[in-house]
Amino acid sequence: MTASTPAIGTAPAPAPALLHAVLEAASEAMLLCTTADDVVVLANAAARRLMPGAHPGRQAGTPLPESADSFHAEHEGRQLYGMRRDLGDGHYAWFLQDHTAERERTAALEVERSRTAFLAEAGRRLSASLHVRRCVRTTVELASAHLADAAVVVLPAHRRQSTWTRLLPGLAVEEGTLREPKLAEVPGLAEALGGFPPIPSRWLDPSQAPEWLVPAGFGPVGALLVVPLPGNAEPAGALILIRRGPDSGFSREDEVLARVFAARAGAAISAAVLYREQVDTTAVLQAGLLPPELPEPDGFELAGSYQAARDTVRIGGDFYDVFGPAGSSTDTVIALGDVCGTGPEAAVLTGKIRQTLRALRLVEAGPEAMLKVLNEALLQSGRPPRFVTMVLGSVNRIDHGRVRIELASGGHPAPLVLRSDGTVEEVPTSGTLIGVLPHTVVRPATVELAPGELCLLYSDGLTEARGGPAATEQYGEARLRQALATCGGMPGAAALERIRQLVSDWVRGGQSDDIAMLAVRAPDRTPLSLRGGGAPTPSPYVVAARRGDRRPRNRS
Amino acid sequence: MAPASTITPIGPDVADRYLSLVGDGDEQGATALVAALLDNDVPAQRIIVDLIALTQRRVGELWAANEWSVAREHAATAVGERALAAVAVRTTTAPSRGRIALACVDGEWHGLPARMLAELLRLDGWRVDYLGASVPGRHLITHLHQTGPDAVALSCMIPTRLPRAHAAITACRAAGVPVIAGGRGFGPGGRYAERLGAQAWAATGEEAVARLSTDWPPRHVIDLAMPDDEFFLGDEEYTHLVRSRPQLIATALERLPAAYPGAHHYDEAQLEATAEDLGHIADFLAAALYVHQQQIFTDFVGWTSSVLRSRGVPPIALRIGLGLVRDQLIDFPAATAMLDDALGTLA
Repeated sequence: MTASTPAIGTAPAPAPALLHAVLEAASEAMLLCTTADDVVVLANAAARRLMPGAHPGRQAGTPLPESADSFHAEHEGRQLYGMRRDLGDGHYAWFLQDHTAERERTAALEVERSRTAFLAEAGRRLSASLHVRRCVRTTVELASAHLADAAVVVLPAHRRQSTWTRLLPGLAVEEGTLREPKLAEVPGLAEALGGFPPIPSRWLDPSQAPEWLVPAGFGPVGALLVVPLPGNAEPAGALILIRRGPDSGFSREDEVLARVFAARAGAAISAAVLYREQVDTTAVLQAGLLPPELPEPDGFELAGSYQAARDTVRIGGDFYDVFGPAGSSTDTVIALGDVCGTGPEAAVLTGKIRQTLRALRLVEAGPEAMLKVLNEALLQSGRPPRFVTMVLGSVNRIDHGRVRIELASGGHPAPLVLRSDGTVEEVPTSGTLIGVLPHTVVRPATVELAPGELCLLYSDGLTEARGGPAATEQYGEARLRQALATCGGMPGAAALERIRQLVSDWVRGGQSDDIAMLAVRAPDRTPLSLRGGGAPTPSPYVVAARRGDRRPRNRS
Repeated sequence: MAPASTITPIGPDVADRYLSLVGDGDEQGATALVAALLDNDVPAQRIIVDLIALTQRRVGELWAANEWSVAREHAATAVGERALAAVAVRTTTAPSRGRIALACVDGEWHGLPARMLAELLRLDGWRVDYLGASVPGRHLITHLHQTGPDAVALSCMIPTRLPRAHAAITACRAAGVPVIAGGRGFGPGGRYAERLGAQAWAATGEEAVARLSTDWPPRHVIDLAMPDDEFFLGDEEYTHLVRSRPQLIATALERLPAAYPGAHHYDEAQLEATAEDLGHIADFLAAALYVHQQQIFTDFVGWTSSVLRSRGVPPIALRIGLGLVRDQLIDFPAATAMLDDALGTLA
């Protein structure tokens, strides 16, 4: 302070005693020292409080550094911050501040921040999956990374067996099962699984941890914390946190954090459990409604394809079924139909219809009679009006590798036949809808397939699929016929897959209705036992006229 | 060449015989041949990779060269699948690794490569769920929640499916399941796979098996950073092109006779085929814009021109098609640049 300010007015200079009093009253700690030998000349009250050893006449010692202009140090249990100012005239001063409270606040904030980050990570990772095992694995991964040295999740016993998942330091996640009585060996576990509030860690004796919980290589268990994973009505499981080493423990804050985490993990696991239960139930219900595995009858090929409308369950209002020879009848009955509506309601009706057909088949009714009985059954069921369109066929193998199909249609698109010369014909069968009128009219028809020929039954989801260059045009019967015409020589399954692919390309991902297809094909030739010897079988492709196939198709 | 010097136990004579069997649609013959190889202690992996897969590639080449019809190609593929199934039922491996779900991207119908990978993984000890060709994204994610696999293997053979592949990969990541991508659709060296967020890529089935056998799964898939430039995927040019696709094709068809007088006499089928070709141009251009890769479009144009040449179609047809699309996209610099570049390669 070398600049001199001209005095304004005539205020007198303050007396030294007054200056001293001002320094004493200041809240900032001040120490005046000599530059030559670092002796304290003056220490105000605040300075004496922070540095009880600082007395005038003594050396300015710890925590003041000898040659720095500022410092941070812990002294007598406080966090001190000091700044040195040279005052000239052979003196300098230290100005000290007590940062203890601020440091504590910062530290607390950092802890809080890391907890928030941990809980955010936990929320993100736990909500990713609806699969129980993945949720449990994520729980032990998170818990062992942030809350303890090792973490174990034990799920409630099911049929007296309990599943556990464990993560020990440096190891991969382990999983296993355990007999229910063993659960009581872990202090606090039975209570946690029983839905009681968690017992404070300090009440649990870590030395009681059984060998199955922590293997010997883990080291001495220092502290144990068992937290319930809250679920729906009953706990979704229990989380066991383990810290090793004699001095370890869980603070109150640790326990609170563990409980908050457990609430999230429990919610994720119980949601996954609920989802699994629903999926299991749905799977059981769906199983009966999905298209059947097709038999492989002698003398002809069967191929089916079913695609439920996008964004719904895998079942819908289209169906097909095949009933093999039964009783004295040697024919195979095929059925393909379309119940009005889509989704589960329609699917349930298809299940009933298929069951009805199966029963009718046992009383050896022909396709036409089956349709008429089904019509009456649907009319009498008294439900809100539901109708179905359907094609039924009775398939027989006849001589020379030929196949005869008697077909009857109830308001359904007529089946198509692919002849070996590449032409496509419509089977002249027609009839009224099933389940609407008291009297149905059915005009049956019979087709014969020569070797290599194919008969296609399909639902209108195929021809009504909208797409194409304009995105709104129906696929249509003409395109279907063209597509079928290119399938000469293909096995039935390959032909259906090709049509399915062409329609999928047509709609470009916009499919809105179910599509069902069922194909009967007379094989090209009977399998020869002379394979590898005898005369070579002529390739069907040598005979088949090669069609110019100009259009570039997607790469294969 | 002495048989001892060949690495694979499957010689060219066997491969030729198998090719003629699948080319005749002879399922029994093909499965019998495969069974005989297994009986002679040829490893199942070698049959799948060196016989079934290599033959499938030859089948594709024969079709592209117009030597085989579509029907024959499809029949051969169907027989290939049966031969693969025959290998599968004759070999058993105890599961020793994790569980993996295998799917072809929505709209991707080439199921055989994925099915071969499924068998290779099964032989390597994985528990495999093969979900089939063209798996809608929703079905894939539902499956993940139901079965909790350790990985998803996603197959994409055609770049036009890349936007859907991107959606599927993103959804898998969100469900916490890492994705290994496979198939030519992901570009040379799989360069688009990483951009779309896949954790790994494999060129072949055997590579995929090797990649998955070590250092898998990567931990904490959800917290992995997405590729930096993911933000740019599917920008406004892409969006415009996808939205205006129907209009684009309709206008191109309208203007076609002026550009190509021969089109005055096109019948219904020819018009439809032309519309389909224009659709392919739009789709490949959209895919190239989506991942910002000229290469996708250039490759498509090169491949199409060779396919057309082998079918006797004059190269001018493709030039005209590209020009009709270009004229409608003059306000879109990236698309125009891609079309110009591709037109340059045709010159």
